[in-house]
Amino acid sequence: MHFEYNVVSGDFSNAGTASSQIKKVLKQLNVDSVTIKRIVVALYEAEVNVVAHSYGGTIFADIDTKEIILRLKDTGPGIPDIKQAMKEGYSTASPQVREMGFGAGMGLPNIKKNADKLDIKSEVGVGTEVMIMVKLNDN
Amino acid sequence: MKIKDIKALLQAKTYGNEKMLDYEVEYAFSSDLMSDLLTVKTQNVLLLTGLSNIQSIRTAEMSDVVNIIYVRGKKITEEMKELAEENGILLMECDYSMFKASGILYNNGIKPIY
Repeated sequence: MHFEYNVVSGDFSNAGTASSQIKKVLKQLNVDSVTIKRIVVALYEAEVNVVAHSYGGTIFADIDTKEIILRLKDTGPGIPDIKQAMKEGYSTASPQVREMGFGAGMGLPNIKKNADKLDIKSEVGVGTEVMIMVKLNDN
Repeated sequence: MKIKDIKALLQAKTYGNEKMLDYEVEYAFSSDLMSDLLTVKTQNVLLLTGLSNIQSIRTAEMSDVVNIIYVRGKKITEEMKELAEENGILLMECDYSMFKASGILYNNGIKPIY
């Protein structure tokens, strides 16, 4: 199964819409609740990042019987130092993002904790691509 | 503890999925930081927060939160009610501070997640 969702920069009212849709699909597929939570928490963190930091992007989701692969491609400023961005507590979030209850520098580390595989490619001034893979048969 | 007993203890107003009033909850988490909530692995948790916005509902949805209690007299908007209804989440407005509301629930047997 393949799904695509457009993510608009700065649109916090709709941030999480794609994650919500994916959660509904996974429930319909009878994926266990622990795995669903890991997937949607990782995706939601990444989706909020696209809304907060990029100029906009697209989420591509591919689900088969063994795994879900989520790719978030955005255009934007990119991440100059991915290693630093992965450190808990490091954040470049705006005051607006912090007012929403995010921007504590916990997003990327939390994605890593919930994913079976996380790959981040980024080019400064061009954009970022995040790949999250979660196995579906672990629980 | 049943959510309706929590409502009575906190003298709270409820909005949304009234069926949830008979739902039993064991654990609660108090935070204004949604990033913290997203690190919680426990399911069917009660959230106490002073962050009254649409993102608190979305984050609750992703975190399997069944009931959000907005403390410090924070108000729930129509947009928040709609999204909560869509996701079967019960919302409460409570005038108590987060410390007082958390203390009352703790004293009455609701457990912390860590």
